[in-house]
Amino acid sequence: MTNLDATVADLGLGPPSRDPGPAERGPGRRRSRRYSLVAPSSALAHAGTFGKKAAGPALAVTYLSLLVLLPVAALITNAFSGGWHTFWAAVTQPEAVAALELTLVAALIVAIINSIAGLAIAFVLVRDDFKGKSVVSALIDLPFALPTIVAGLTLLALYGANSPFHLDLAGTRLGIGAALLFVTLPFCVRSVQPVLAELDAEIEDAASSLGATRRQVLRRILLPSVLPAVLAGAGLAFARAVGEFGSVVLISGNIPFKTEVASSWIFSLSQSDALPAASAVSIVLVLISLLVLLGIGWARRRFDVPETV
Amino acid sequence: MNENRWRLPLRFGVLGYLALLVVLPVGTVFYRAFQHGLGAAWHAFTAPDALHALWLTLLVAAIAVPLNTVFGVGVSIILARHRFPGAWLLDAFVDIPLAISPVVIGLALILVYGHTGWLGNWLAARGITVIFSVPGIVMASAAVSLPYVVREVLPVLQEIGTEQEQAARTLGARPFTVFRRITLPNIRRGLAYGVTLTTARVLGEFGAVAIVSGAIAGKTQTLTLFISNSIDNLDPQSAYVGAVALCLSALIVLLFLTMTDRNREAWHGKAAA
Repeated sequence: MTNLDATVADLGLGPPSRDPGPAERGPGRRRSRRYSLVAPSSALAHAGTFGKKAAGPALAVTYLSLLVLLPVAALITNAFSGGWHTFWAAVTQPEAVAALELTLVAALIVAIINSIAGLAIAFVLVRDDFKGKSVVSALIDLPFALPTIVAGLTLLALYGANSPFHLDLAGTRLGIGAALLFVTLPFCVRSVQPVLAELDAEIEDAASSLGATRRQVLRRILLPSVLPAVLAGAGLAFARAVGEFGSVVLISGNIPFKTEVASSWIFSLSQSDALPAASAVSIVLVLISLLVLLGIGWARRRFDVPETV
Repeated sequence: MNENRWRLPLRFGVLGYLALLVVLPVGTVFYRAFQHGLGAAWHAFTAPDALHALWLTLLVAAIAVPLNTVFGVGVSIILARHRFPGAWLLDAFVDIPLAISPVVIGLALILVYGHTGWLGNWLAARGITVIFSVPGIVMASAAVSLPYVVREVLPVLQEIGTEQEQAARTLGARPFTVFRRITLPNIRRGLAYGVTLTTARVLGEFGAVAIVSGAIAGKTQTLTLFISNSIDNLDPQSAYVGAVALCLSALIVLLFLTMTDRNREAWHGKAAA
């Protein structure tokens, strides 16, 4: 609306205005003249269609409130419904601590492994060339498209009790790791790939021609340029892994103190109607992923990493 | 010369990692689903509970995806075309489901719409059950897939700018005509991408749905819940068949995304040139 009015004003199509006298001309006045020309028409337009204009945003905010805002408010209220002490008791209860610890450590290890694997995969996708590369590239997104429970089932089928590799990961922490590696893979590849693609191979060639070894090129040129993107991918993977449920439940077996991750602890608390305790643990989980995501957002602006995932 | 020494090992290392992590597991599910023959697989697929789960999954998608599409396009237009205080807040709130574990989203819905929830009594007095019932499943699916359309459409709207829309308006087009003839054709690829992501998420959602549905076989069981229940009931054949159905839908989604992505790039390239 305002843009349109500005265009109209630029073209001299706006309501006729009095040509200001020479005394009023000058850099300081120009702005106010422009303003006085535009303001009346846009104010009128707003007055006429205000009811209609507010209807869309009101509907959108209502929908958002019913699905997200109200539930999140209820979550926070519920977590602290018994005061700070009950919140703290729910969060520091041994089973909750064990679940949170397992979740965080597993997410951290998985983020590190997939950062390295993701960098290698992105490197091969960008620099290498072979038959079927486009299939491999499409394959990277499969964990995005595949429902989490199906991802869990696929891993159970290959690495579970009847594993053709005689490698039973069901009910082990390694199984949880495999599930998290699966679902977080696309984040780690897709955040590095475009940065690597934009990187000029000539700089590396120049370094090589000046006598740098392959390792020096990797350490001094390649890694510093992609590091922010790798860290962003690792952060996204970590945030995803911390809240992951579907892919983990089948293979982990949810054994308390051994393979029970935070989200399945929340799930079992809610099934036994311990809603305040479930909310309290949820708050901790949400705060952790929120912090990580805010950190990534900050780093992206700071280091100018493109948002690709 | 140095190049060749790392190129092949790296390539095969990467392909090996992908094979062990992605290809072999997915392949095994297909093998397990059909290892007792096509007849056994068909029998498991046409069992009443399986068919009902498939029907419910499609029903939920048929409700949640259009709702989120309208919401997503609406919010994108509001955010891209209007300046108002609190716009950044709306922008941030739309992303909340991306930052929260689906289980937590489900739990939060129970806290509002469950029998002890904020609106539970009010709804119960009117004979409406949300939690452990189909409306709850629809709400959970809609909540987790809320951001996708906005995230795909908003950048496109910001990139194309407002000149065409303004030109149409000065020529006397009504707002809906401007939307239908100018805005919609411009955003259609981003919209298709966003709707596909939304559909994939709704069809495959498990955590949020598991917590609100109660997973009553033949009543509130979607395909993903049917898979997990079949494993719990030591009926892997049914689980594998359900998984194959969802795998196929995921492959279609993937194919569509890859095609749309290529189109989008071509289109962006043209716009830049």
